[in-house]
Amino acid sequence: MRVAVVGVGYSGFNANTPDLNWKEITLEAAARAYDDAGINPRKDVDSIVTCAEDIWEGFAIFDEFVPDQLGGVLKPTCTVCADFLFGIATAYMQIKSELADIAVVEAHSKASDILTFGETIKFAMDPIWLREIGSAHPYYFAALEMSQYINECCITEEQIAEVVVKNKNNALKNSSAPYGSKVTVEDVLNSPMVFDPMRKIEIAPRADGAIVFVLANEDVAKDLTDTPIWVKGVGWWSETSNYDTMSFNAVYAYKAAKMAYKLAGITNPAKEVDIAEVDDRFAFKEFQHLEALQLSKRFETGTLMREGYFAKDGELPVNLSGGSLGIGNLLEATGGQKALEVVLQLRGLAGRRQVEAETGVAQAWRYIPTASGAVAVFGV
Amino acid sequence: MSVGKKDISCPPEAPGTPLKDSDIAEKKVTYVEDHPDIRYAWTAGQAISRFLNELKKGKLIATKCNKCRRILFPPRMFCELCYKPIDDWVYVKDTGTVQTFSISYIDPDAKPLEKPVIVAVIAVDGASKNMAFMHVLGEVEPEKVYIGMKVKAVWKPEEEREGSVTDIKYWKPIEG
Repeated sequence: MRVAVVGVGYSGFNANTPDLNWKEITLEAAARAYDDAGINPRKDVDSIVTCAEDIWEGFAIFDEFVPDQLGGVLKPTCTVCADFLFGIATAYMQIKSELADIAVVEAHSKASDILTFGETIKFAMDPIWLREIGSAHPYYFAALEMSQYINECCITEEQIAEVVVKNKNNALKNSSAPYGSKVTVEDVLNSPMVFDPMRKIEIAPRADGAIVFVLANEDVAKDLTDTPIWVKGVGWWSETSNYDTMSFNAVYAYKAAKMAYKLAGITNPAKEVDIAEVDDRFAFKEFQHLEALQLSKRFETGTLMREGYFAKDGELPVNLSGGSLGIGNLLEATGGQKALEVVLQLRGLAGRRQVEAETGVAQAWRYIPTASGAVAVFGV
Repeated sequence: MSVGKKDISCPPEAPGTPLKDSDIAEKKVTYVEDHPDIRYAWTAGQAISRFLNELKKGKLIATKCNKCRRILFPPRMFCELCYKPIDDWVYVKDTGTVQTFSISYIDPDAKPLEKPVIVAVIAVDGASKNMAFMHVLGEVEPEKVYIGMKVKAVWKPEEEREGSVTDIKYWKPIEG
C-alpha cells in the first residue's frame, strides 16, 4: 500500500505577520490543504502530526495546542519535536501501519515573535560545555563548519556566491518568497563579512508561514485525486550533539538520503532525481547537502554551480522556489517549504517556476547547532 | 510539619543525606548556573487583539458560530468544532458563576504566599458551556467561596488598563 500527498496548503511566506497569530496562519494553510484534498477534517482525518519546537513557540508542551486550528479536536494528534519532514516520516508510518487512512502534517514558523533569536538558538547548546564561550551570535557555529568544509573541498568565495545569486533570482519567480532579488556575484562579494568566511547575504533571514499536507493511503488517494504525488521514501538521521565529533560534512543528510532512496528504489540519485529542494539556510549548506544527497560529487559541485547545472534550465534544478535564501528561515517549517515546492512542481502547479519533473527530493536540516536532518522523496 | 499559613500533614519523612544551603554556596555540589535571556512578543492576532482592546473599555467580547450556535469565549476567528469561520461578535457580561476553584497557598517557587490566592474558573454569563475565564477571586474569605457562587469582575480604573487579562483586578461575590 503506497502513501500519497493528496492535498497541500500554505500561508505566507512573509518576513513578518503582525496581523495574524500562529494559530490564524496555520488555520489558513490547513483550510487550503483540506480544500485541495477535498476532505472535511472533522470527519475524514484520522491523525494529525504537528512539527514544533517549544523554544521557537515560546510556550511548552505544544502538543496541547495542536488540535483546534487543524480541525483536530478530540482526534489522535501529536507533536513531533523536529522539522516538517520528520512529520512526513511519522505520518507515512502511521498510514503504512494502517493506523490511519488519512493523516495530516503541519508545521509553522512565527519567527517574528522571537525577540532574542541568537539567545534562543544558544538554548540548544550544551549549557556547560558550549553556551558560555564567547559573546558572538551563534551564527558563528555555521561559519565554523563552513570554514572547515570550504577548506577541505577547495570551494571559492565566488562559487558560494553563485548559490545566493541562483536562489535569490529564483525567488523572484515565486510570489511567496519575500527575499527574492536580482543580485549578482559582485553584490554577494560586497556583502559584509559578518562571520568570516561567511557574508551577511549568505545567511537566510527569518520568515513566518505555515504548511499543511494531507497524506492518504493508495485506495483513498485514488478516490480523492487524479494526481496523487507518492511519498516514495523517507529518511532521518542524527550524528551527535558534540561539535567536535560531528562530521561537519552533512553525514546526517547522506544517511537520511540513503534511507529514503532505498525505500524509493533509487540507486543512482544524480540520474534519477529531476529536482531537489535542499536546506540552504547558510549558502554553503546547499553545496554540502547536494553532495550528501549524492546529486553531485565532492570537488565538482562548485564547477557545476558555476556552469548552471543546478539552475532552472539546468540538468538538475535545485531550490527552484528560491530556497531559504529567497523565502527565509522558516524554522521547523523549512522542510515543509521544500516539500511543498517539490509537490507543486510534480503536479505542474509551480507557475513561472515550472520545470519538467517526475521525481523530486526535499531535504531539511535541524539548523544550528545540530547535525540532524530528514529527507523525503516524492514522485508522480 | 506545616507549609505556609495552613497546616498540611505529611507522611513520616524518610531521612536521606541532607544538603545545606551552604553546601551549594560553597560549591561542594558541582553545578553550572545559566540564566538564558530568551524573550518573545507574541502577535495577538485578529480575535485576541479585539478582545484585549475591548478589555481596555471594560468590556468582554466573544464570537459566535451560527452552526453550533455556541458563543465562543475567549473569542476566536474559527469554530474549532464546526471548523468554519465565526459569524459574529457579541458582548458577554462581566458577571458569572464559579465553576471550580482552588485556594492556593504556595507560589511557583514553592514558597509560602503571604495571603492565599483563590484561583477560579468562572463560567461567564452569556457565553456557552465550557467557555470560561480563569481568574482570581477577591473581597471574599477563602472559606466562604463555593462552586456555583455568583461573581462580578472588579476592573482597574480605565486609565490604568492596558489591554491585558489583568485589566480585571479580580472577581468578587455578588451580594444576595
